[in-house]
Amino acid sequence: MTMFEDFFNVVKLRFNGNEDSSVPMFKCPRCQGTSPLDRYEELHRVCPNCNYHGRLSAPQRIAITADKDSFCEFDADMISCDPIDFPDYPEKQEELRESTGLKDAVITGTAEIRGIKTVIGVMDSRYMMASMGSVVGEKITRAFEYATDNGLPVIMFTASGGARMQEGIVSLMQMAKTSGAVKRHSDSGGLYITVLTDPTTGGVTASFASLGDIIIAEPKILIGFAGRRVIESTMRQRLPEDFQLAEFMQDKGFIDMIVERRRMRSTLAHLLSLHGFGEKEV
Amino acid sequence: MENNKTAWERLSLVHTKGRPTIRDYIPLIFTDFYELHGDRYFGDDHAVMGGIARLDGRPVTVIAQVKGRNINENKDCNFAMPLPEGYRKALRLAKQAEKFHRPVICFIDTPGANAGMSAEERGQGEAIARNIAEFMTLRTPIISVVLGEGGSGGALALGVCDELAMLENAQYSVVSPRGFASILWKDASREEEACNIMQVTADDMVRLGVAEAVIEEPLGGAHNDLYKISENIKEYLSLKIREKCQKGIDELLKERYTKFRKIGEFME
Repeated sequence: MTMFEDFFNVVKLRFNGNEDSSVPMFKCPRCQGTSPLDRYEELHRVCPNCNYHGRLSAPQRIAITADKDSFCEFDADMISCDPIDFPDYPEKQEELRESTGLKDAVITGTAEIRGIKTVIGVMDSRYMMASMGSVVGEKITRAFEYATDNGLPVIMFTASGGARMQEGIVSLMQMAKTSGAVKRHSDSGGLYITVLTDPTTGGVTASFASLGDIIIAEPKILIGFAGRRVIESTMRQRLPEDFQLAEFMQDKGFIDMIVERRRMRSTLAHLLSLHGFGEKEV
Repeated sequence: MENNKTAWERLSLVHTKGRPTIRDYIPLIFTDFYELHGDRYFGDDHAVMGGIARLDGRPVTVIAQVKGRNINENKDCNFAMPLPEGYRKALRLAKQAEKFHRPVICFIDTPGANAGMSAEERGQGEAIARNIAEFMTLRTPIISVVLGEGGSGGALALGVCDELAMLENAQYSVVSPRGFASILWKDASREEEACNIMQVTADDMVRLGVAEAVIEEPLGGAHNDLYKISENIKEYLSLKIREKCQKGIDELLKERYTKFRKIGEFME
């Protein structure tokens, strides 16, 4: 789905005329405050004024989560076909591969976090709003199968507008495929930690994103099944301001904890360790 | 079978007043049907019904999405758009079937899951995800039949099965054609165009590996001969339930996983 595309480009670089005009500034889409872009980037895209968590690309996320040089990518060259002969779909993908450097909307592999080995998957909303088509489904399924076969935990950073419309029913079936692999991993005793990032919606919410043993979310991010616009238009209901934000969903019982980006890596390392991963053999 | 209809023409057939619903089919396919209510957590969703019945004398669990036959019935069942408690009722009954070694028969007939504030608050996404994952390893045979519309995750929550059949004019889609047009083109009025390019028909499902069988409808559609269409559905179910019950459950689960595992097209 592409309904969140508008939100994605809100982070604009601004040059603040009052100060040294050579310093690029970041204008926060939430608090409207400005701060030096360098500072915002140094905080891994968190607004220093209001704690707004901006979106990260998958490579950025891996860089701040995994130990240096520990990431080993799976299926780096997998690209999608055109299962329902959808007009312009191959061309659109070609363009996106060019502009983002990604092959599709998820990167998977193994990594170490403070020396603890785990399977990791990170979705990237720059690629068709990280919608789930054949490639996303297959890569996530393979990642879980690898983890099951090797007794590894899985950490999935989710972000998605939902199903990939251009792959029709094939896209819907990826929900079953990924959830099946999650279930097998779970039944084998595997630990699965979900980290919900902005936005996690639609078919991804209704499959592997909701199936973690522990579900973490970044602060104030959007989490839901149906989109706000859809609900407002079909149900003619006015929705509260905080509707579908992480804090709201935690209050409703669907999220274990809300963790700020600066504490994410240490939190994940502790959780892995609490489940016996990375402990020295006695 | 009639092969010359467009997807859009078939969709209008599915929307024809008088198209049989699960309430019409149950007495003609099953005997001794006892409806069981509630999810045991929150409530009883009327968009999903379930219960125990006999098929050819064999006890089975039936789980179905309920369309109304008139405006009052449709208000009661919310036009077959389930709430999370509907999916949780379905899961409860599926687990009960597993416990008592009854095969499960699911009937899909929904434009999609309920998209409303209370559905979100009660975890629509989680409810659907949980069903999909649990049905994948449910240790009893599951057969699903799409009666009319199978829309989005709301349909898939009853669609993880050993074998899926489509009624001849039924459709299965990632989202309703209207939703598709609205999302991709920001123009819901292009739903006919959407419907015809989305590949949603029974034949499309067989070709894409989503469905294994097509159940023939009477000439002009299911509403023209309720007895005939019920007989066709029953014949299919009798055959498949017998076949799946003869298989070892571990083999069945492996095949169920593989059925979904192999769907998708990519290059590497």
